[in-house]
Amino acid sequence: MMDESTELSVSITQIVQRLKGTHLHSQLEKQAKECMHKPEIKLETLKDDVRRLLKESGWERKLQNAVYRELHILPPPGHPRAPPEHAKEPLEYMRKAQVSWEKRILKSLNSMCSELGIPLARKRPVSEQKELTNKWNEMGTDEPDLSKFRPVYAPKDFLEVLIGLRNLNNDRSEDLTVRSNWGLIQVSLNVRDIPQMRETYPELGLTYGQLGIDDHTHVPPDLFESEHIVIGKKVVNEQDSAAAQQYSRQGCPTGLRAQLWTLILNTTDDPEVITHYEQLKARVIHHGLLVDNLIYKDVKLTASNDDYYFVFEDYLYQVLLCFSRDTAVLEHFNYNSATPPKSCVQSKSGSEQCAVVYPPNGVIPFHGFSMYVAPLCFLYNEPSKLYSVFREMYIRYFFRLHSISSHPSGIVSLCLQFERLLQTHLPQLFYHLREIGAQPLRIAFKWIVRAFSGYLSTDQLLLLWDRILGYGSLEIVAVLAAAVFAFRAENLMEVTSLASAEAVLADLSTLKVMPLLQIFLFATSV
Amino acid sequence: MRWLVSDMSKNKQTAGHKGAYISQRKKEGEVRNCIRYRCGLTNTIQDVLIQRPGWVEVKEEGDWDFNWCDVGWLRENFDHSYMEEHVRICHFRNHYELTRKNLMVKNLKRYRKNVEREAGRLEAAKCDFFPRTFELPSEYHIFVEEFKRSPGSTWIMKPVARSQGKGIFLFRKLKDIIDWRKDGTRSEEQRDEAQVESYVAQRYIENPYLIAGRKFDLRVYVLVTSYIPLKAWLYRDGFARFSNTRFSLNSIDDQYVHLTNVAVQKTAPDYDPEKGCKWQMQQLRCYLTAKHGFETVQTLFKEIDNIFIRSLLSVQKTIINDKHCFELYGYDILLDQDLKPWLIEVNASPSLTASSQEDYELKYRLLEDTLHIVDMEGRLTGKEKRVGGFDLMWNDGPVYTDVGLEAMGCSCLVANTHLGCVNDRQKQLQQLLKPFPGQKRA
Repeated sequence: MMDESTELSVSITQIVQRLKGTHLHSQLEKQAKECMHKPEIKLETLKDDVRRLLKESGWERKLQNAVYRELHILPPPGHPRAPPEHAKEPLEYMRKAQVSWEKRILKSLNSMCSELGIPLARKRPVSEQKELTNKWNEMGTDEPDLSKFRPVYAPKDFLEVLIGLRNLNNDRSEDLTVRSNWGLIQVSLNVRDIPQMRETYPELGLTYGQLGIDDHTHVPPDLFESEHIVIGKKVVNEQDSAAAQQYSRQGCPTGLRAQLWTLILNTTDDPEVITHYEQLKARVIHHGLLVDNLIYKDVKLTASNDDYYFVFEDYLYQVLLCFSRDTAVLEHFNYNSATPPKSCVQSKSGSEQCAVVYPPNGVIPFHGFSMYVAPLCFLYNEPSKLYSVFREMYIRYFFRLHSISSHPSGIVSLCLQFERLLQTHLPQLFYHLREIGAQPLRIAFKWIVRAFSGYLSTDQLLLLWDRILGYGSLEIVAVLAAAVFAFRAENLMEVTSLASAEAVLADLSTLKVMPLLQIFLFATSV
Repeated sequence: MRWLVSDMSKNKQTAGHKGAYISQRKKEGEVRNCIRYRCGLTNTIQDVLIQRPGWVEVKEEGDWDFNWCDVGWLRENFDHSYMEEHVRICHFRNHYELTRKNLMVKNLKRYRKNVEREAGRLEAAKCDFFPRTFELPSEYHIFVEEFKRSPGSTWIMKPVARSQGKGIFLFRKLKDIIDWRKDGTRSEEQRDEAQVESYVAQRYIENPYLIAGRKFDLRVYVLVTSYIPLKAWLYRDGFARFSNTRFSLNSIDDQYVHLTNVAVQKTAPDYDPEKGCKWQMQQLRCYLTAKHGFETVQTLFKEIDNIFIRSLLSVQKTIINDKHCFELYGYDILLDQDLKPWLIEVNASPSLTASSQEDYELKYRLLEDTLHIVDMEGRLTGKEKRVGGFDLMWNDGPVYTDVGLEAMGCSCLVANTHLGCVNDRQKQLQQLLKPFPGQKRA
């Protein structure tokens, strides 16, 4: 067992290792060298003086932000002798389930490929490259024939897999008792209940001001809103990533949100970021991938049909096509329970087949994937910026929504938490829905998998995602799902079929997210 | 998409004969029992009227208290109708002073000159919200002068009286319009029509504000209940209409790119009715605020208010004021890349046909609140600054909200308009209005 100080030094070593050789590192070195020319530097106090100057010029803050970002994606400390797969996912049954799921998806992708006779990847002829370059900003005007493509999987397929999860160490009887799980998820994970969450989310409590509640029309702005905006501006000026994250817990003002999120995610405007994006774009132009068609289809089916997001269709292609080719994304598989899929591709010489990661970023898109990007188009319209923000959000949070793991923000935990909250606090409703064959998770799953994107109105969705970023966790998504059921409980008690339950919950566009969360977390009797 | 069809209310009196009951408006404060209406349109307004408690449709030659007519009916019948004091009709006699493009421009130009004379250049500059416009054929020569002064610029030709984007085209060379006038491919009648019909040539805004590469314009609703004194209300809801294709100046022949009317977009080859090309005003305001910050957008919306007020002031003395008349205008506003708003046109009969469920609900609310303000039932005091989704924008002078910004250290006056803001009309109406006679408070 490692003690705390050893853990800390291991973490420090890891972070230093990761930051070495980055653009920030070279910039810091350059800045430090330039400091040497300054008259106020004295040889005796060289180290302290340079440090002081770096602090004053804001460079220390940048380093702090970078370290803070690394902490977000640092895998949890494990035993030095544990194999690396344990770092990705400690529970064996989860690992096995994920592996078998991956095999299924990959098989589906490969069979689509052979059925349609389309190569997984091909080099585009020069004329096609030219055409694509010209049309880069309006790919949405293309109407390719996508009828033969099917999404590799849809959320409901994934749900069936999760329902089938079993922990063989646990002997469960099939009887329905008060202590068993009434829901679909039949594994036990440690999920939090309301009293515990009240301690984790105090800023959502009744005594704290919130954007989404206290900026309402009839609340005088000087009670909370004006002050909050002033603080927000300060945070942006200070360029402090940790402060931005803390601030975001009470919501980001619309006019400051874009800047605050880039701070929290530590996505910068460095030239290397733009260059990286341009390189990805070049890869898209040179090679076409089979998954490109899946992306087109997904965008056309989901975002293009959305009342709010249809406008951003072109941006979605520009982001998702590049995303598929970004091998930097592979890094997140260090802490993702999933493993990047490998496919056999003809090698250059054409004689052998070799297994390569496909798609290059290791992420096979599914139906609805583009909805992770769509709300971000509201905040960012510069492609490289939009891209960096999306990628960071994906590798920090969204990937957990479609891989099987025991992580508290993983989809399994979220589903279980949703069901447990319902069972504990709305037992009558849960029981009724069960009896009529309308398991709540069947309705709520699609909301959870997409973190409510496309189901809430945009301004409400952004308020929710403020809190995801603020607390660094997706738990709030499960809580909101339960809160929605609580809100519509009266109507749901009257329905007599799954279809009518779906109808009651079909339209969430009028919901106000923060009051629902606040009431559920802080006004439910426990 | 299907939307609800209105129920016929069950307990309706059927009236149809003249003088069967007292129809005079009762003294101030008393409530009318039954309001007879005529409706010349078969869209959302019909549903709103049918569902209003105590309102009864009269057909044919019956007396009416309220008439939602189309401008054609108005033209033919207004001058011959005697209207008792309480009667209301939804158009002003000569609304075209504001809504016909050539007359609007003439009135605006004259107004601007007056402002410059009385208040100076700076004040007059606030009237520069419409692009350089010339009436053809009467102003052809000054138009040519202006045209030659800005070579390479794009102009748009619009027929004065048509709507829904008909007859509009873009041009860059004088040759194009000369050819058009002499166009041998057009039929005799078309050419004759063109001779008789007036057109305006207007400087085309070549740098519109684009969202995701698409051009859009704004449809905003303004209700005028009186011109002298001027009393105007601004509706919080509205929408942005997107062009279905990406904006580019290369294809000025492609009217689908440039014209954002839903009517035109509907005929475009890639139009998908399920897709919808509108954003609610709240959506747009949110987007712009996220992009440009709160203060910039505040300023923009103030400038948009300015357009409404000044355009109405410019025709204040020309429009025949009549206490029977009110009018719901649909303003079309375009933003350019510098976030300057431009007035494109004013519609006296904005489309009330719904293109989707959401659109239906917006128009339903809009019309319901319009009828609340017209107040045939006598429920308002006349001192209200807000009724449902309408905010009183101008009442013989600017109108300010009741809440000042004392917290900011100064008691600045804040304009009482909330375009694109939250429209919590249900709540406001519940607090404001007494229920209809015979109706329980909801």
